[in-house]
Amino acid sequence: MTGILDVVYAEYNYWIYVALMMIGFYAMIAKKNLIKKVIGANIFQTAIFLFYVSLADITGGTAPILPHVHGGEHVEHAADVIYTNPVPHCLILTAIVVSVSTTAVALALIIRIYNEYGSLDEDVILAARKSLQPEFSEYARQKSVDEVSRQ
Amino acid sequence: MTGFDLIATHLPVLTVVIPLIAGFLTPIVGWIDRRLPWYWVMLATLVILLITLSNLATVITTDTIHYKLGGWNPPFGIEYVIDLLNGFVCLIIAFIGFMVAIYSKESVKKEVPGKTTQFYTVFLLLITGLMGMTITGDIFNFYVFLEISSLTAYALIAMGDRGDGVVASFNYLIMGTVAASFILLGIGYLYAVTGTLNMADMHNLLPDIYENKVVLAALAFFMAGFSIKVGLFPLHAWLPDAYTHAPSTASALIAGLMTKVGVYAMVRFMFSVFTPAFVIDVNMTEILTWAAALAIIVGSVFAIAQSDIKRMLAYSSISQIGYILLGFGLVNVIGITGGLLHIMNHAFMKCALFLVAGAVFYKTDIRNIYQFQGLGKKMPITTTVFLIAALSMIGVPGTVGFTSKWYLALGSIEADQWIFVAVILVSSLLNIVYFWRIFDNIWFGHPHEIENIKRDEAPLTMLIPMVILAILCVFFGFFSGYPIEQIFEPLATTLLGGVP
Repeated sequence: MTGILDVVYAEYNYWIYVALMMIGFYAMIAKKNLIKKVIGANIFQTAIFLFYVSLADITGGTAPILPHVHGGEHVEHAADVIYTNPVPHCLILTAIVVSVSTTAVALALIIRIYNEYGSLDEDVILAARKSLQPEFSEYARQKSVDEVSRQ
Repeated sequence: MTGFDLIATHLPVLTVVIPLIAGFLTPIVGWIDRRLPWYWVMLATLVILLITLSNLATVITTDTIHYKLGGWNPPFGIEYVIDLLNGFVCLIIAFIGFMVAIYSKESVKKEVPGKTTQFYTVFLLLITGLMGMTITGDIFNFYVFLEISSLTAYALIAMGDRGDGVVASFNYLIMGTVAASFILLGIGYLYAVTGTLNMADMHNLLPDIYENKVVLAALAFFMAGFSIKVGLFPLHAWLPDAYTHAPSTASALIAGLMTKVGVYAMVRFMFSVFTPAFVIDVNMTEILTWAAALAIIVGSVFAIAQSDIKRMLAYSSISQIGYILLGFGLVNVIGITGGLLHIMNHAFMKCALFLVAGAVFYKTDIRNIYQFQGLGKKMPITTTVFLIAALSMIGVPGTVGFTSKWYLALGSIEADQWIFVAVILVSSLLNIVYFWRIFDNIWFGHPHEIENIKRDEAPLTMLIPMVILAILCVFFGFFSGYPIEQIFEPLATTLLGGVP
């Protein structure tokens, strides 16, 4: 019997990756708190790491290290040993470093934002910026200044 | 002589290595003397400029350069490939980098006080990232350089206006992370189906498996990611804030280069990793042209509504990116020639305009265009540069903007898409509207004490790069024949491959 559960179970790591990615994406878009956005970004990136690592794996695979190479003796049945693919692991090590640095930059920015506005809530920051710099009404303000000076 | 030969074989990789090492040495240079980093950055960018010139000359006279990093052969090792396309984009990066480096001295001193050394460090690292993105032939290496350039851009933007700059930078960071993650996913998908990371190898392997849905998903991820990176219309939300609130020097560099390199990457993936036939087949080019047409119109309309000059230029950038992508979306030789030409032209024009905005801000602390009255008398050279670059942006004959718009219009006609000709015309009219407000204020404004305005020109280090860029805008307006025949048309033909 191949029900939907079997389909999910057969490649459950990919389903987890999709679910995690969507959770992270949702947090990045919908959350108002800046820290939660960064957490969302981290979940998103972790999901991608999971995807890469699942990509590399193969059933019954082992670490890609040649057995018994020291001592000069040749490896017997080397073809029988199944290795997992090391390339995605290397790639994802790099991507993890990138992710860590992005998080570091984001947190540094958040500290400065907090010092400036005293809040981490997007709405509060937006309101504070609007009151400081009414960009769209700049023309109207200029107009009224001109009119006052003309009178 | 042998020493020179030794270096000559490594010229391709030096374009990335020199700014990287120079970037990390900048703090030491700045520690020796605070005034030194400016000379140091100028030296580094000048060296890169010469190297990229030599690389491009080699590519034109002989053939594509393949450089194997560490001697590992291509499908396994990382390969740097310089062909006409990225040789030319590298040259633009190095040239604009050099110009902005010359300009930066006074501007950085004023706008980023006390942090000039850090600014220049990040500046060189941004050049590294952009160079690496352009020159690499390996898609994962590309991702790493993409992140280097993004992270440095966040840092540069955060150095801008107190508060606003940081918020703009954070918003860009969130959007940029989504974009980079999409691109990383796309790379993973392509690796899963082909088992290679080399672009040329992938280009050969992919045609057999085009019916595979994973390839389609990868293309979709790439296009979504790059659309965020270049600020294509519905995904442009990060761009205006980031350009407006960055320090003027950083705005000029980022506006001139970041989006161009994003477009280059998009083109590289569309035509050199996938094949043009496949991209046309899944209607990606058609989607691109319509999105671009929308961006052209909406960007111009938004630009009219702005009163901050940098914000206006940022919206104008969104519309100009639309032009470039329209050219590539048309997928015919003339359209792509126009798109390539517009990459160069827009780098010159937009860089010049942002430099002017920075120079005006440096002298007067004004960014609101309704306060520009009398500026034509106060800063005649700066405003003349602005006039030339803005006319070029509008597309007046005799400037570079005209040539590329002409090619784009011809390309649209050849593709039987008359509506895009109309879009280009309407957008040019809208360009006149938003630039005319500034001309009007600069030369025809009537402040009460216009007689008392003294000539107060920007310092020479600012004037030289602006004037050079303005001269180039006019020069290539009259003499665009050589680059078009030598670089852009052959390039467009090769990019398209066998597709009519």
